[in-house]
Amino acid sequence: MRQRLSLRDVLIGIGMFLLLWQGLTWIINRPIMPGPVEVLPLFVRLLFSESEELARHTLASSGRVLAAMGLAVVTAAPIGMGLGQMRQLDRIFTPLIAITYPVPKIVLLPVIYVLLGISDFSKIFLIALILFFQILVVVRDEAANLQPELIFSVRSLGAGRLALFRFVYFPAAMPAVLTALRISVGTAIAVLFIAEQSLTEYGLGYYIVVETYQILRYPEMYCGILAMSLLGLLLYFSIDALEHRVNRHLYLEAG
Amino acid sequence: MIAVDRIRFAYGQQSTVFESFSWTVDTGQTWAIIGPSGCGKSTLLYLLAGLRRPDSGVITIHGQPVQRPRPRTGLILQDHGLLPWATVWKNARLGLTIREFYGPDGEHAPGGEALSKATANEQVAYWLDRLNISALREKYPSQLSGGQRQRTAIARTLAMEPDLLLMDEPFSSLDALTRENLQNVVVDLQREVELTSVIVTHDIDEAVFLGERILVLSEPPNRQTRIVENDGAGSSNYRKSTAFAARVAQVRDILGASYAPAT
Repeated sequence: MRQRLSLRDVLIGIGMFLLLWQGLTWIINRPIMPGPVEVLPLFVRLLFSESEELARHTLASSGRVLAAMGLAVVTAAPIGMGLGQMRQLDRIFTPLIAITYPVPKIVLLPVIYVLLGISDFSKIFLIALILFFQILVVVRDEAANLQPELIFSVRSLGAGRLALFRFVYFPAAMPAVLTALRISVGTAIAVLFIAEQSLTEYGLGYYIVVETYQILRYPEMYCGILAMSLLGLLLYFSIDALEHRVNRHLYLEAG
Repeated sequence: MIAVDRIRFAYGQQSTVFESFSWTVDTGQTWAIIGPSGCGKSTLLYLLAGLRRPDSGVITIHGQPVQRPRPRTGLILQDHGLLPWATVWKNARLGLTIREFYGPDGEHAPGGEALSKATANEQVAYWLDRLNISALREKYPSQLSGGQRQRTAIARTLAMEPDLLLMDEPFSSLDALTRENLQNVVVDLQREVELTSVIVTHDIDEAVFLGERILVLSEPPNRQTRIVENDGAGSSNYRKSTAFAARVAQVRDILGASYAPAT
């Protein structure tokens, strides 16, 4: 059972982080390391500034990550369930999945650009590709571990393929899908950062590298970094909260 | 009601479980199937349930060949039959929820008029109450004892108003007292609901207590049926009577004889 973070833990974590940041600012004492006292008020101001468009960059990045997550879930979850339930099919594809799973998908970025064009969709596709394999593998294992007795008894209640999917496979795979998403949010955003550095005019990756870093606007750059970190944090904790809702039955006292 | 007509069933190439095997069950009868492990008793139940199909021969229920699970056949398995992520209420209602999902199509659910949501809820509430688990309706299976879990499974099955109840070692993972308790529940229900029932068990006492007729299977392949008539089954004091002890001894002898190679 995973320990759930309390609000108190979160506040303590944020407090320690800010202290560490301010400490580093004093020690390094160079323009590349502005402190939170300077960056935090600026961040709030930029979010509402019309010329800077930090809010718009943040929205663009959030939209891409969310679209990629959606795309990955609707493709990987059904395929994973199918493979998990059909042993023979799984045996055919296992070697292929084992070989392609560890390939760092980001190296395919140029190929994707050429094949799918320089569009938002190619960036979304790249991130979805990474999430796809994470979700596929856990959902497959989860579906394979379902008790045959459970399937038999639900079938005996009249369930055909559709009802089995709706009442057994889908709820059984949900926790695994969420766990896979939660642990790969970090990678997804890292890849987003790289993909957004070129061939777009919106997104936090573009903002951090092109609009601030390259012209030495360090405090503004930190606002972009902060926005990207908050995006990751928010996604992580939202998925975590969803997991707790879906997994209510795992967090109970017996008796 | 059930007619098994010269079926053959094998797992793969080698292990033939049934060969030209025939058997009949009349409406309202209660049967127990007993035999050594691996004799095919669970397989036979799955065949009746329409979850497996014979390689040749036919099984008919009320004259209809069994091709897939039949809406009015209820099945209770030893364990793992409940959805771990759903409450007792949702589990007990699952069969009716699935019927609502398909509508009365005559294939996954009985044809005719659909059950209203309110009636369905009433039916589930009635059976939870009848099986004494109303207070547990918001609990999850992991919070229940083995006996409470099986009560939930029974409520789920009976809420669908089956005319045939199939049970595969439903009480074998329970302690002796809980087991006898639930056996009494089954006997009461059979009297109450006009059910035809078939219970698979490896427990001789259970077979003799519940089965008015006992089908004894032996090492596969099974060709013949050996049937023990057991009229006393289902009466409340039967367990303590001498007739019960004699019947248990008789079944034990028949079972012992089927382990022939050792002697």
